[in-house]
Amino acid sequence: MQQVERFKYDDGIVRKFTIATLAWALVAFLAGIYIAFEMAYYKLNFGVPYITFGRLRPLHTNAAVFAFAGNAIFAGIYYSMQRVLKTRLFSDKISKFHFWGWQLIIVSAALTLPFGFTQGKEYAELEWPIDIAITVVWVAFGYNMIRTILQRRVKHIYVAVWFYIATFVTVAVLHVVNSLSIPFSLIKSYPVYAGVSDALVQWWYGHNAVAFFLTTPFLGLMYYFIPKSVNRPVYSYRLSVVHFWTLVFIYIWAGPHHLLNTAVPDWAQTVGMAFSVMLWIPSWGGMINGLLTIRGAWDKVRTEPVVKFLAVATIFYGMATFEGPLLAIKSVSEIGHYTDWIIAHVHSGALGWNGFLSFGMIYYLVPKLWNTELYSKRLANVHFWVGTLGILLYLIAIYTAGITQGLMLREVSDAGRLAYPDFVSSVTRIIPLYWIRGVGGLCYLGGFIVMLYNVRMTVKLAAKNPGDTEDEAVPYQAKESTADPHGGFSHRILEAAPMVLTVLVVVAIGTGSLISLAPMFASSSIVEANYKAQMLKPYTALELAGRDIYVREGCYTCHSQMIRKTVSDVLRFGNPSTIEESVFDRPFQWGSRRIGPDLARVGSKYPDLWHYRHMMNPQEVVNGSIMPSYGWLFKDKIDYAILNKKLDVMKSLGVPYSENDVETAEDRARSDAAKIAEGLRADGAQVKDDSEILALISYLQRLGGAK
Amino acid sequence: MNFGMEIVWWLVPAALAMGAGFLIAFIWSARNGQYEDLETPAVRILFEEESKNKKEQIDAAGRTL
Repeated sequence: MQQVERFKYDDGIVRKFTIATLAWALVAFLAGIYIAFEMAYYKLNFGVPYITFGRLRPLHTNAAVFAFAGNAIFAGIYYSMQRVLKTRLFSDKISKFHFWGWQLIIVSAALTLPFGFTQGKEYAELEWPIDIAITVVWVAFGYNMIRTILQRRVKHIYVAVWFYIATFVTVAVLHVVNSLSIPFSLIKSYPVYAGVSDALVQWWYGHNAVAFFLTTPFLGLMYYFIPKSVNRPVYSYRLSVVHFWTLVFIYIWAGPHHLLNTAVPDWAQTVGMAFSVMLWIPSWGGMINGLLTIRGAWDKVRTEPVVKFLAVATIFYGMATFEGPLLAIKSVSEIGHYTDWIIAHVHSGALGWNGFLSFGMIYYLVPKLWNTELYSKRLANVHFWVGTLGILLYLIAIYTAGITQGLMLREVSDAGRLAYPDFVSSVTRIIPLYWIRGVGGLCYLGGFIVMLYNVRMTVKLAAKNPGDTEDEAVPYQAKESTADPHGGFSHRILEAAPMVLTVLVVVAIGTGSLISLAPMFASSSIVEANYKAQMLKPYTALELAGRDIYVREGCYTCHSQMIRKTVSDVLRFGNPSTIEESVFDRPFQWGSRRIGPDLARVGSKYPDLWHYRHMMNPQEVVNGSIMPSYGWLFKDKIDYAILNKKLDVMKSLGVPYSENDVETAEDRARSDAAKIAEGLRADGAQVKDDSEILALISYLQRLGGAK
Repeated sequence: MNFGMEIVWWLVPAALAMGAGFLIAFIWSARNGQYEDLETPAVRILFEEESKNKKEQIDAAGRTL
């Protein structure tokens, strides 16, 4: 009655994703180290726009998250899922499509971001054609996974797989919702949301991208690879199930903690804060569960590099998830927000948790996938120690930098004045720490290069064509049918149906209601009438051109446009920003880090000539500034011809432009630019009438003057 | 409602829908008997000896129970 089935796991696809993980990790680390040194020494861009901090930083984050961590997730999921479900992946063809599609997406990211094609929203910078490709490939991955689950030979779905399912479903919804935009050219687009709406959607996405791209899949991997590497069952399977369900219910609400003390209404901030604090419990439950799994096998931490990496990764998960809720408390956020504290926080997660977990997993996988032994455990130990040293150098330096700057910027004397009125003094103070951070990054990279060599040698010494692992199992339905008279094939289908249904319903509700609702918010005449009633003035064509340059150059990676409701922010930058002030901002540019001062009220603060000189040579007007020169803005020409189209798209999104505004956009922009150029020339500056700097100046001078 | 905050009319239902989706998944998994046995699944994953095209290494009994 029981039919034992023999089958092979698809190991080839796991090998592919493993190699891709290693290759892209190198790119992510190199880009990160390069921009780290650009912070320490601003001239390192050599005047080349493509490698300037503002453009390379999105490349670094995207490479680290989607290329390095992404490929690691896929490798680990495809390896473990087949084994716990006792089945080969549903379709080799879809697996291959998934693999090559994902690599193509990464390559197109690397080819667009340095050229300034960006949506200007953190971790969602990629432009609309790439966003569509991501959706297609992601759905292919999800379909492959769900069909694999359906054809499983074990009734019980191991907890790791639940984490993988949540990853697929949630990231699909988040990505589609946050990326909705209306194209105005083959590559560029404007988001359908503006200002505070864009901010809320972006951080709903941003926070949950961390949650469901860098946390849930890695937790699933933890629940597979830690037990396997120490040959012990997970400490408490019951706790792992509780961990999963509590985590997925709480995570989705925490997004607004990225917007504490901003113009977002207090109730929304409080919701985000409360749910973030609640996250403490499931996160630590999971962390403790992972660590206690090693109980009774702690000697393996000493001898096995795999266990070393996995144990330390789990400890970093505990530290990062202890700190996260802390930073999500308004008063702590007041110091930490806009400083390197956040950068330190994400790197303890990225380098420690995601990085080390991936390394541990790869040291476990490579010998299994190539049917051999690891070339050198000693070298793996070297990697571990050099990497750990790198993380410590990085974190100690950058935590110190963040807290130093946070405290300096908020210090107010007894007389009610700012203790450090010059913003730049808070930056020059932390430059030595930036050098240490760079060295920390180099150590981390050094350890990784040892790993590359180790993996290379392992593969080289292994037999060619390692093939697929063979296994056998009894389909669980067959076993059930002895006890259950209603069993059989149709029963199998029915039993599986609710899960498919769940997944499809969530995806459908999410994307469906969005597509029907979003344009309503975005482009209704009510919105337009509201703007008019409040006498809000949309950007002129030239200002809009300047704003697009601001987004292109990634100014938001160093400058915020959101004055918080805190004493020191108000003393330093002026009245708190209001949500009306960014109603025309597509994308919103509130920023998340102040390496330079806030720009929300920079308009009319300085004459045009000041901006001209500042963009040409920042150090000439701000002593000690670490901003690089933007010399190319003086040579490159404004694209006047596209302005009519841009305004037309904005109008379709509900921005109150008249038909006349749209038709005359180009002409008006030209005459506005000529006026600014004339003024600059009268002051002795040399500038042509179509130089990009004119559009940027026009935009900067408008900031803070929406009304 | 503050001006510009219309988006919450979408975001809150979307988050609730996702929560509801997970709730349905949870109820299904509980009814399906996914949590009737919270001991064996943790141990079972340890019993998958790998073999590359070598039949003799496979231990057929007990693995999938």
